[in-house]
Amino acid sequence: MSSSVKIKTLTIDERQVGAREDQTILEVARENGIKIPTLCYLKGLSPYGGCRMCIVEIAGSPKLLPSCMTTVEEGMVVSTNTDRIKKYRKNLLELYFSERNHVCSVCASNGYCELQTMAQKVEMSHVHFPYMYPHLGVDATHERYVLDHNRCIACTRCVRVCDEIEGAHTLDIKDRGIDVRIITDLDHPWGESETCTQCGKCVHVCPTGALIERGKSVGEMSKRKQLLPYLTKMREAHE
Amino acid sequence: MKKKLKLATLWLDGCSGCHMSLVDVDERLIEVAEIYDIVFSPLVDVKDFPENVDVTLLEGAISTDEDVEMVKRVRKSTKTLIAFGDCAVTSNVPSMRNHFKLEDVFKRGYLETTPGNDIIPDEKIPKLLEKAYPVHHFVHVDVFLQGCPPSADNIFYTLVEIAEGRTPELSLRTRFG
Repeated sequence: MSSSVKIKTLTIDERQVGAREDQTILEVARENGIKIPTLCYLKGLSPYGGCRMCIVEIAGSPKLLPSCMTTVEEGMVVSTNTDRIKKYRKNLLELYFSERNHVCSVCASNGYCELQTMAQKVEMSHVHFPYMYPHLGVDATHERYVLDHNRCIACTRCVRVCDEIEGAHTLDIKDRGIDVRIITDLDHPWGESETCTQCGKCVHVCPTGALIERGKSVGEMSKRKQLLPYLTKMREAHE
Repeated sequence: MKKKLKLATLWLDGCSGCHMSLVDVDERLIEVAEIYDIVFSPLVDVKDFPENVDVTLLEGAISTDEDVEMVKRVRKSTKTLIAFGDCAVTSNVPSMRNHFKLEDVFKRGYLETTPGNDIIPDEKIPKLLEKAYPVHHFVHVDVFLQGCPPSADNIFYTLVEIAEGRTPELSLRTRFG
């Protein structure tokens, strides 16, 4: 650590913690064993602030802020698990389920899915909102991988790993809000992509069954979660 | 001896897997039978849904006009209604037809997959709704028992807890799928 980096002191869930001034609340919380749930955040990729699961309350601010995007400040008083936050997290998760066709029982990632686990974690008994049942396609044109829009939560981990780690930038997003979609190249079928290196990093960082290896059946698609931390560590070692 | 509770089980738009899982409680069925009388079920020969049922395990999504009538009737006569398994809780696999037009669903079901058949039956059978829905879309549900199917252990646990007058703590025991 260079001597110019300042140290800040703050309170997270009634615990006094110290942090470097450039750290986010999420990083500091995790360093101190305080669990904040996340879906789009993945250590080793740039933070995105999209999933909103990591929202926290900061004393003096009426807004809930994403802890993955909020840097620490001196004297901050942060709460990570109030009733208000729990309610919002549950509502958010129900919206995820209502917006696409997440049929867990017939998913390749059944039993390995972060969305499924998160529903359990936030004690979601059922989805209060009406399901939308959108008509979404599956891109199975790639010889090794399948992109199933029905199961995508638009966390953009795949987009970020493809760009930031693999350097291919095959994956991207189009449209906004509820219409947001993952695309390959300029919205062409994945199998025709000239930029895809077939590395499969996107598949292994995908939290759900939206990206899977071709041929994997129900409950067969476990992801190699150690892939990204390993790559990041190796890179740091070479720098 | 304590008075037995009345248990009904119902099988709507599901695969009967949840009922298979109920039977999977194995020898504990004897304990279940000591607490409950099964008054209506695919497993017993009773035609009409009875009055004053204590607990109903409702398997399956709501997919036809008949299902809607039935679920409303069940709600009226049941103290504790359990959405039994993912189809009842989320509409699950039956809902995979929901983003197709009904017309295309019929074509696929009756014509394309049955070579030589050119009839789509439309009389004397329940009318398919535009979509398959979870149970709570139509009526209030008291307990959501997730799983495809829910495990025998969780079914047994739920039935015992309710009989003991407790609310089953299912959030950490169960999940979708």
